[in-house]
Amino acid sequence: MRNDLFLDKNEPVPIDRVDGKAKVTGTATYSAEYKVQNMAYGVLVGSTIAKGRIRTIDIKAAEKAPGVLAVITYENAAKLPGYQAGKDPAKPQATGQPLRIFYDNEIFYYDQPIALVIADTFERVLSAARLVKAQYEKVAHETDLETNLEKAKRPTGPRFEDYKRGESDAYKSAAVKIEQQYYHPIEVHNPMEPGSIIATWESDDKLTVYTKTQGVESTQRSIGDAFKMPPENITVNAEHVGGAFGMALRTWPYEIAAVIGAKKIKRPLKLVLHREQMFTNVGHRPETIQKIGLGATADGKLVGLLHEATAETSAYEEFTEATVNISRFLYACPNVTTRYKLVHLNICTPIWMRGPGEATGSFALESAMDELAHELKLDPLDFRIRNHADSDPEKNLPWSSKFVKECYQLGADRIGWKDRKLAPRSRPEGDWLVGYGMGTGAFGAFRSAATIKAELAPDGKLILQCSVNDMGPGTATMMTTVAAKEMGLPVNKIKVEMGNTTLPPGPTQGGSTVTSSVGAAVYDTCVALKEQIAVLASKEGSPFHTAEVHVIKPEDIEFSESGISLKKDSGVKVSYADLLKQNGLASLELTKESKGSQQPYSMYSFSVHFVKLRVHPATGRIKIDHVVSCADAGTIVSQKTAESQMMGGAVGGLGMALMEDMVVDHRFGRPINNNFADYHVPVNADIPAVDVLFVNKKDPFTNPMGSKGLGEIALVGVAPAVANAVFNATGKRIRSLPITLDKLIET
Amino acid sequence: MSHQKTHEENHPDKGRRDFIKQSSLLTALALAPPALMKAADPGWEAEAPRLLEQPLNIEINGISRKLSVEPRVTLLDLLREQLALTGTKKGCDHGQCGACTVHVDGKRVLSCLSLAVMQEGKKVTTIEGVGTPDNLHPMQAAFIKHDGFQCGYCTPGQVMSGIACIREGHADSDDDIREYMSGNICRCGAYPNIVKAIAEVKKGGKSL
Ligand code: FES
Ligand code: FES
Repeated sequence: MRNDLFLDKNEPVPIDRVDGKAKVTGTATYSAEYKVQNMAYGVLVGSTIAKGRIRTIDIKAAEKAPGVLAVITYENAAKLPGYQAGKDPAKPQATGQPLRIFYDNEIFYYDQPIALVIADTFERVLSAARLVKAQYEKVAHETDLETNLEKAKRPTGPRFEDYKRGESDAYKSAAVKIEQQYYHPIEVHNPMEPGSIIATWESDDKLTVYTKTQGVESTQRSIGDAFKMPPENITVNAEHVGGAFGMALRTWPYEIAAVIGAKKIKRPLKLVLHREQMFTNVGHRPETIQKIGLGATADGKLVGLLHEATAETSAYEEFTEATVNISRFLYACPNVTTRYKLVHLNICTPIWMRGPGEATGSFALESAMDELAHELKLDPLDFRIRNHADSDPEKNLPWSSKFVKECYQLGADRIGWKDRKLAPRSRPEGDWLVGYGMGTGAFGAFRSAATIKAELAPDGKLILQCSVNDMGPGTATMMTTVAAKEMGLPVNKIKVEMGNTTLPPGPTQGGSTVTSSVGAAVYDTCVALKEQIAVLASKEGSPFHTAEVHVIKPEDIEFSESGISLKKDSGVKVSYADLLKQNGLASLELTKESKGSQQPYSMYSFSVHFVKLRVHPATGRIKIDHVVSCADAGTIVSQKTAESQMMGGAVGGLGMALMEDMVVDHRFGRPINNNFADYHVPVNADIPAVDVLFVNKKDPFTNPMGSKGLGEIALVGVAPAVANAVFNATGKRIRSLPITLDKLIET
Repeated sequence: MSHQKTHEENHPDKGRRDFIKQSSLLTALALAPPALMKAADPGWEAEAPRLLEQPLNIEINGISRKLSVEPRVTLLDLLREQLALTGTKKGCDHGQCGACTVHVDGKRVLSCLSLAVMQEGKKVTTIEGVGTPDNLHPMQAAFIKHDGFQCGYCTPGQVMSGIACIREGHADSDDDIREYMSGNICRCGAYPNIVKAIAEVKKGGKSL
């Protein structure tokens, strides 16, 4: 929904997704869908134990099965040079030793790949994979975070030292205080497109892969490291990615397996994970137990805050995220201590999932804020405004921009916050209890380097190239929007080419950085292009060059589809075709790297989410009536896709709040619900009207457009808004996600 | 996949010939004790799946095809892996996500749960048969207008279900649409926009 309060009325109508036609007609090609000659199919066989060693592995029957081309295990796999050097084959996002597929007989988690079966058809390989039989030497596994808490250790490195501002434990002596524990289960990204790769060795040292990744260059480096190949010998394509949400932020062992397999059979190989493997082999949002201690003066000024988190990681790597960091800066509080620890368990290494850490952390912090507001008999919004941080209390820096109070106001108006009763359980409606809640989100507003190559053709067509790709937010649409505005071109004159390592370098799609990085690079490239055009227009012989005026500046020029004209006198004009011809150019080409610089400001995007819901106490059922998500994300660059991204984050947050929970049977160390029937994600009937509101005020420091990221703040803060609304409706405080009906049913 | 190529067009009676051959092989298989059979013909296992291929007459997006497929091939894998119709997506392969939704004789069907050989004589419509980038179906146009997707991976299934939802008479209210579209998961969370798109097409009143 457009928020006209803040929108510039002269902004053009938001454009449709530029790859929309391809996506709605099924012509957009995802990794597993490229047509490659003579392709074989691979299936990974997983271990049936969670810890131990493979004693024997019998592949004879599988090898003899019809159509089978190879069966690869640790016993017969070619040793990767990158593995032998002990070097990281998969670019660790963590310290430790990333899983080396087919390296030895060690088993670290259930469903860890132990064999790759390859055959000439999909049916044949599925059938043959069942014939691989392994015997194990089992060792007692640990998969239960709660029973292993005493093993919790601080992760390696100074970043994970305890954080302390002021006195620790100050909250304990505050006039009003709470101390509570909050639980977050294992949540799994589960993009609709499973992990997929097609690997083709063009020659002994040249490789092409189509793979599901959020960063083609990072995949290129990771494969290069594992196979000890120069990156330029590896081409990685990932133009369309069917969702990822963090799952494709690293190169997983299955991708390395496919590359090994393709080399062995000397044929292109396609490997697509089954949905079950998407739960066990490509990371997850880690199970986390948190404690919050929070104290305030009687009039609602925060005195002290303690935030502790203990999360699981795999047996072989330290995966870390910024779970407790949000407590350091979200509110003005003189005494803050945060502590973060890890427990190694027999599970695949987690990976950042949308709003990583911050989403988990804000569930605890924003629930606790609601609890303390209740103790203080204060409206939770009022309580937050009393503790608003006017500058960053952690870094001691001013904010580059912060419009959280505006978000409070916008959202409160839209959801009807004035109808919320201070006392819980005060709004019965028939058999239902109605409640309102809110939660705040924040995420760093980062910018990284990106290079754009632009080519302007005589007919005014502009081609933009960058290796960046798109898992859904609408990268190409955003790039097109920026260029259209800067160059005065209609959308259909702009073509974006992306998602391939042969293109100029771009960032990985993660951490809400793409618009700030690539959008800014497009902006800077257009500025440079306009300068070049101005130089050409200034030359002798150009209609712009007169006896008086020798130098034309870009700001003197009106740029349009047909060419350029003088702002002061639209009669003075030249088409791009003529301008290029006069200068003997076939087209105007320009490549520009663009990056931000260190600024003496603290840069964050903020969001505030409001939820109105109803609970049916007799059955425990929760029905979400209305979600309002407000974002302070600087200038909104691409209105339509930005709204969708916020909406999608709200839906993800409702999943986290209400249903997502991968349950592990600790007796066997294996999940019992690794499929879409048993692991619930939101479906259409779960989702009500979602209103998205943007403050849409330019941040003066983040990048030339003044945008801040959206992807993470769309989700961070949604779950506590739900939990707080449930409390307001029922008087029941649920501190353990997901909030399922068994926790609310009243008999 | 060379020896498992789908036998098409030019061999109108190939399917029938194959079938007779297979029938006699099937009889032989049924009569012989397994151990004996193995000993007698060690190569049979390798050949059996191919010989067990079934003829399949099917109309896909208005084109009649004479194919020969193994009985274990799903309609989804036939479309994606053998006929290069990759618009239909595989999200779970277990009937749990809706990404593979196609129309069989006008009704929505999960192609991952349907064996190809069961579609004998039927008319299958996939997303490729609904509209093209230059000639969009109203449902496809409405999905673009309302931004009813992000990554686009669930989208062909949503479009197929959306059309069926209206045909079934299940699009009279937003709540109805939500309920009858709940077999199609969208992990990007485009649901509210999907509802808007379907409601608008329904309101347009065209028969689909
Ligand atoms: S692939 Fe058929 S329902 Fe998921
Ligand atoms: S658009 Fe990505 S799953 Fe629906």
